Amino acid sequence: MSYLTDRKLAVGLGSAKQGTQHHWGMTVSSVGLLVLVPLFVFTFGPMLGQPHADVVAYFGRPFPAIVAALTFVVGFLHFKNGAQVLIEDYSDGFTRKALIVGVTCLSYAAAATGLYAIVRLAL
Amino acid sequence: MADVNRGNRPLSPHLSIYRPQLTSITSILTRITGNALLVGALLAVWWFLAAATSPDYFAFVDGVLTSWFGDLVMLLSVWALWYHSLAGLRHLYWDTGRGMDIETAEKLGWGCIGGSVVLTILTVLVV
Repeated sequence: MSYLTDRKLAVGLGSAKQGTQHHWGMTVSSVGLLVLVPLFVFTFGPMLGQPHADVVAYFGRPFPAIVAALTFVVGFLHFKNGAQVLIEDYSDGFTRKALIVGVTCLSYAAAATGLYAIVRLAL
Repeated sequence: MADVNRGNRPLSPHLSIYRPQLTSITSILTRITGNALLVGALLAVWWFLAAATSPDYFAFVDGVLTSWFGDLVMLLSVWALWYHSLAGLRHLYWDTGRGMDIETAEKLGWGCIGGSVVLTILTVLVV
């Protein structure tokens, strides 16, 4: 039994104080991805299954390399924030925190790996 | 007391008796496609890493991505990508306060489903 009043038990359980910032971040990244995604699909797609030398030459050009790099960075940040909402909807307590930390680490690791690979291909 | 009946209240929505509607189906599809795209995205990162590593490693990863199973994953990813993009566009439109009535929302829902299929077929033809 808690000696706190009902109101005090409820305070702090709702908003994480970052709702509007989170939503705005998703809005901005989604607009960016609306431009990047078609560009990425039609530059990365045709290179699937091509010989290694052709792939290296193609992503040595500025446009395909910059499109791929931007798509990975904006895409994985968008994923990080989107997956966080999924986690917050279906889990709570320690599980929620652990999953959010996990998804955040995975997203940055994937973005960094993609960037590293593109830089090595392009330079 | 507000403590009466705590933990025994009905939860909303009542999924077991919830009639599926176009608006709810297209909404949950947005979430599923968005999160499932992680698989395709990680495969793309793996492909780039292999290309940056060595021709042998690239041949292996490229072989995985262009096998029948890789093709299936990529096809589903492309559809998920277009569906999620169109659904995101719908959200940006809703964010302006327009198109909130059920009739328009359902039209936009069919637009997402039909549009994503058309764009997927186009992508397969072009790429």
